[in-house]
Amino acid sequence: MASRQPSKGYQPKDLDESRQWFDEGNAPVKNRLAEPILGPKLGPFEFLRWTWRLLTSMRTAIILLVLVAVAAIPGSIVPQRLADPNGVATIRDSNPDLYKFYESVQLFDVFTSVWFSAIYLLLFISLIGCILPRVRHHWNVLRAAPADAPKTWTRLDVREVVPVTGSTDAALDRAAALLRKSRYRVVRKGDSIKAEFGYLRETGNLVFHIALVGILATLGFASGFNWYGQRALVEGQAFTNQLSSYDTFNPGRWFDERQLDPYAVSLSSFVPKYVKDPVKDVWMPIDFTADVVVTEGGNQRAETLKVNDPVHIGDSKMYLLGNGFAPVITVRNPAGDVVFSQPVPFISQDANLTSVGVVKVPDGLAEQVGMQGFFYPSAVELDSGALSSNNPEPTKPTVTFNIYKGDLGLDDGTNGNVFQLPIDQLTQIAGRHTGVDVVLEPGDTFTLPEGLGTVEFTSLSRYIGVEIRHDATQFGVGLSAAFLVAGLLASLATRRRRMWVRVTAKGLEWGAQSRGDDPGLEAAVGRILAKFTLTGSGDKVSTT
Amino acid sequence: MNDLATTSLIATYSAMGVYTFAFVLFTVDLAGRSASEEQSKPTRWLRSAMALTWLGWVIHLGATVMRGIAAHRVPWANMFEFGLTATLALVGVFLGISVFRDVRFVGSFITGFAILALGIVATNFYVAVTPLPPALQDYWLVIHVFVAVLGTGFFATGAALSAAQLFQSARESGRLTTRNWRFLSAFPKAEALESLSYRLTVIGFVFWTFTVIAGAIWAEHAWGRYWGWDTKEVWSFIIWVLFAGYIHARATRGWRGNPAAVLNLIGFTAVIFNFTIVNLFFKGLHVYSGL
Ligand code: HEM
Repeated sequence: MASRQPSKGYQPKDLDESRQWFDEGNAPVKNRLAEPILGPKLGPFEFLRWTWRLLTSMRTAIILLVLVAVAAIPGSIVPQRLADPNGVATIRDSNPDLYKFYESVQLFDVFTSVWFSAIYLLLFISLIGCILPRVRHHWNVLRAAPADAPKTWTRLDVREVVPVTGSTDAALDRAAALLRKSRYRVVRKGDSIKAEFGYLRETGNLVFHIALVGILATLGFASGFNWYGQRALVEGQAFTNQLSSYDTFNPGRWFDERQLDPYAVSLSSFVPKYVKDPVKDVWMPIDFTADVVVTEGGNQRAETLKVNDPVHIGDSKMYLLGNGFAPVITVRNPAGDVVFSQPVPFISQDANLTSVGVVKVPDGLAEQVGMQGFFYPSAVELDSGALSSNNPEPTKPTVTFNIYKGDLGLDDGTNGNVFQLPIDQLTQIAGRHTGVDVVLEPGDTFTLPEGLGTVEFTSLSRYIGVEIRHDATQFGVGLSAAFLVAGLLASLATRRRRMWVRVTAKGLEWGAQSRGDDPGLEAAVGRILAKFTLTGSGDKVSTT
Repeated sequence: MNDLATTSLIATYSAMGVYTFAFVLFTVDLAGRSASEEQSKPTRWLRSAMALTWLGWVIHLGATVMRGIAAHRVPWANMFEFGLTATLALVGVFLGISVFRDVRFVGSFITGFAILALGIVATNFYVAVTPLPPALQDYWLVIHVFVAVLGTGFFATGAALSAAQLFQSARESGRLTTRNWRFLSAFPKAEALESLSYRLTVIGFVFWTFTVIAGAIWAEHAWGRYWGWDTKEVWSFIIWVLFAGYIHARATRGWRGNPAAVLNLIGFTAVIFNFTIVNLFFKGLHVYSGL
């Protein structure tokens, strides 16, 4: 490893030379790259060192960046468990072999998979390994005087000689003052000046890269405190923020039930607005507004919840993600006692809100009864005799049921899916194909066969689907993103330039050098020289 | 109101027509330059080509504004409108740069690309003006899509220059010497092409960074999470990372020049892919093509 030369600065091993030598000051290291690519006899220490150098090289960074991009592609092709659980279920049902294969290589969870994590962790190790020495180096540079001029000025990008008639000392003073005015850091030493500008470029670049680490670190540490849950909330209903109130709940790794602030939200009203798309002749929603009342710490306040406009409650937010109709269904036993009476949220299936829902009556009747319901806000009869809805507004709300009796399968404790009936294990007693159609408008009652009791479509409510979310990463990621943008802009808008002035027989000689390509350098020097010749006794500018 | 939308569509086709003439003249100019042994001086066709491009752009601008007025909102809420505005930005970026730098030699690429893109969105993706669904009613839509459109314009011009750079560098290293390639002598040196391409692409990268951040903020408003690896989010991420790779390549020994240019073109391919294939065939929340 004889060819390695001492260097003052640090830059990634294979940074382009035009950028590299600049930081080496007087001793442009021609070839730190001449370091052996795994030379013949490397000790363990050298090997570690070599590995580290390799990992923190620019080339490795590029390759890892491209690899991250490529590795993300399957995440957009294969349905992801988090973004598209239904897509995953579809593959599981339709193609079990493919499902098994995807599952075995974590293709349903690309972004948390071992292989994707490995790539981005390597990238961030490389990044940190890159940042630390650069921060130390830049810190020193920031406190040091501008770099000395190179011994041979021929290497400089721009060189100009300005004849000076008066005292060179006064001219140097003027030059130094001009450079200071152009926001250069200036050191005058005897017959020469060294000046430097644009430290912000490296500062911004480092801030940018550190912000990237900030984002990842926040995601890694804070996301464990996240939680979110969904709930269907019917008009008039109140919801208290506790685990049992949620229809589904997803806690983060370190979630603790005490994280749930005690508050309650009730839905006063939900008003959707629709217009008819003139071209496609279908109804389109143009506005959803939910009025809610939030009870928090003994205080009540009214809030408006809209799409794109969540309600802030405590350290969580409530979002409006869905809505639909919830017909109120009342079931009575033969004696006329109410055994079931509540709004049942139906899930809409199309633009005119044809919806499906399930009613389960496990107790109070001679047998368990399950009802599969279809709801039409504006029912019309098709030629086939089937019903359909022609408007999302409830102009002629109608519910039809297929009614079953038998074991609903609720007793094994799992409670089952509230939107599904185990039809295979039940006996149909009314509804389609039984000869007894069950078609109810509000106020209508149907008498169940076999003297089981009655079913009434009592009234109609709306419900909204809300998601309540606490995202502990938002602050850290947002702050990091702000730094990221600021660093990026600062770095890209700044040019790092050095200028030197020395006294020669012909006058003052100016030399300038930029880090990286900088087509504006000559013009920048020109502007300073123009002012210099304007204010001073110097005459024409001649280029050497 | 719908009349205005119709007028807008007519103006779109007119702009395409004018661009087509410009394209022809740009090409004639390049051909003319390769005909003469010595080359290089722009032919008289070039000025007419530029004038026509300006004219086409003004009509194109009119088409876009009329569309916005007809819809009572910003004209970039579905695939047709996005295509209309993005090509407007692309040609606008090209014209804007040409005020400062002579980049007229990529004129045939830019106008050709604009004609193709406009033709595809106007014939295949045209939709009449429709109101916005609630999820799209957010000022972040305005910001998010606007910076995306601008970024795309810069990426496209940068990619055009990178492509020119690859040909030019092949020519400089002694290949592509046949007569057909002589028009390349009208182009700047490969290194100058690279440096200009880099500067435009970096501007595109800044806009893209804004796009991703604005999109995340909007997603937080609309869907409750700022990032969920939805297909569109995945591809925005891929694009961002690829261009970060390109920026590094430009600063890395052995990667400057052709390899960096290739990375730039790969990045731009991802941009196009994101707009076309991902919109049309991939499933996700961003189903805004309006079809
Ligand atoms: C998470 C991965 C990374 C991303 C997304 C990223 C992104 C960027 C971007 C956008 C720039 C240009 C903006 C600016 O100058 O501020 C840049 C520049 C730079 N990056 Fe990275 N970077 C990453 C990792 C790394 C690593 C691992 C290294 C060390 C090998 C590195 C070293 C550099 C250097 C030296 C520059 C300056 C290049 C120049 O002089 O133009 N970066 N990076």
